[in-house]
Amino acid sequence: MTVTQRYRWIYKPLVFAACLVPLAWLACGAFGWFGASLGADPVKELEHECGKTALNLLLLTLAVTPVRELTGQPQLLRLRRMLGLFAFFYVVLHFTIYVVLDLELNFATLGADIAKRPYITIGFGALLLLVPLAVTSTNGMMRRLGRRWQSLHRLVYLIAILGVWHFYWQVKRDVREPLIYAAILAALLGYRVVRARVRRRDAAAPAARAATARTAKLTSTSRSGASLLPSESD
Amino acid sequence: MKVRIPRIAPSEITPEGVYLNRRSLLAGALAMGASSLLRAVETPQAQGAALSYTVNAQYSVKEPPNKFEDIASYNNFYEFGTDKEAPSHNAHSLRTRPWSVSVYGEAEGRGTFDLDDLLKGVSLEERIYRFRCVEAWSMVVPWVGFPLSTLLARFKPTSRAKYVEFTTLYDPHQMPGQRVPVLGWPYVEGLRIDEAMHPLTLMVVGLYGRVLPNQDGAPLRLIVPWKYGFKSIKSIVKIGFTPSQPRTTWSGAAADEYGFFANVNPQVDHPRWSQASERRIGAPFLAARRPTLPFNGYAEQVASLYQGMDLRRYF
Repeated sequence: MTVTQRYRWIYKPLVFAACLVPLAWLACGAFGWFGASLGADPVKELEHECGKTALNLLLLTLAVTPVRELTGQPQLLRLRRMLGLFAFFYVVLHFTIYVVLDLELNFATLGADIAKRPYITIGFGALLLLVPLAVTSTNGMMRRLGRRWQSLHRLVYLIAILGVWHFYWQVKRDVREPLIYAAILAALLGYRVVRARVRRRDAAAPAARAATARTAKLTSTSRSGASLLPSESD
Repeated sequence: MKVRIPRIAPSEITPEGVYLNRRSLLAGALAMGASSLLRAVETPQAQGAALSYTVNAQYSVKEPPNKFEDIASYNNFYEFGTDKEAPSHNAHSLRTRPWSVSVYGEAEGRGTFDLDDLLKGVSLEERIYRFRCVEAWSMVVPWVGFPLSTLLARFKPTSRAKYVEFTTLYDPHQMPGQRVPVLGWPYVEGLRIDEAMHPLTLMVVGLYGRVLPNQDGAPLRLIVPWKYGFKSIKSIVKIGFTPSQPRTTWSGAAADEYGFFANVNPQVDHPRWSQASERRIGAPFLAARRPTLPFNGYAEQVASLYQGMDLRRYF
């Protein structure tokens, strides 16, 4: 099997199935299958679990680049689009549950919430910003947008910050869990900041590159990653 | 002498939901092996000793009460963890007997009293009250208890007693949530003396005709039905009479979000969410949200306590 075949027939189907596990679990709880339960307030449970799954997948999406660079597995990039689209899927589900099951389609309250409740404003903003990313995730769009595709998709950093902030802000008192998300996000973004600095330094003084083998490896794998984008990231 | 009307407590009848749940419990046991991701149904059952009480229909709402399992598995009792289900899992470590209550401050009858002595000769009554959490969900609960006023009168508060201060047990061994400083322990709540003496204000020892489950604040908790739930302090060990307004826990944690009065008020939003409506726990899908009523529907009885007060300022 070639790498492409392995991804197409094994890894991608596995990741696809794994991304559906939270949904299956919630469905079991909602319908009482296998004795699962969503507790006394199923609406809140569905709403929160979908939101948290979306955040988990968003962080996983952001983890793809560091992991592939640090492990020297550039092909991992092929899984990123699926993770990102599933994050979008769970965000939409989270929002739909909030509007339909929680607010019970009271659109006046929805408007007031978005306008007046900062944590809902930023959460809604993150959802809106994800739409263009989902729309431009196809190969055709990647080709059409060329270099602009990458600039556009850098929005995901802002989206992730808004998402974690949205989580932090709606917690009543015990902020330990959102702080864990914030710490992971900080590490993932911090990695990129450090990498950009290393690259800039290397560009300024090419001789320094030879001095640190690890840096050189990082740079080369991420460069090959960039060239993967339009053709091999299916 | 009060006539006790014997009756079958609602908790003695196995509700259909529980009966049906047994089947899903079996299915759950089978599924447990299949996937550790699935949470088995762990609905707490009414197990406490049956209490003898009268039904106070005058002070009971006509709405259908929530299921026992909901009331005993969906709790904000941070002393046992901050998740709603955590208290029902963790509160078994609380020892509710022997239990003593210390009375201090501006009263003649100060001292430390054994709870069973305090409860001797008290006539218990069942009252079905609305319960509105500051988080914008609500329930209807059949509490068993007695008016706080009858208890406070026994301690003979002096004219300097303007407020009553309540304190929850502090014991991180029994209350593992207290090992984490999410709130300033011990939990303290307070009422103005006229609020405390109001006939709706209840000292609760039971639920659904039986001794109160630990996760609901056993052995002794307060219920002030026109205020947000956090005012209704649980597992009380101290009652003090004070000349000035007590420093209460939530108000101390975030004064802009939780006021001392905390009267249910659809006009005054929590800074981060609306209080105009609430979701009734246990209500059917798409029919659970309802408008929040001023003073949680008890305005007729209690609004006069706040005449002339700016309820936006004193929220």
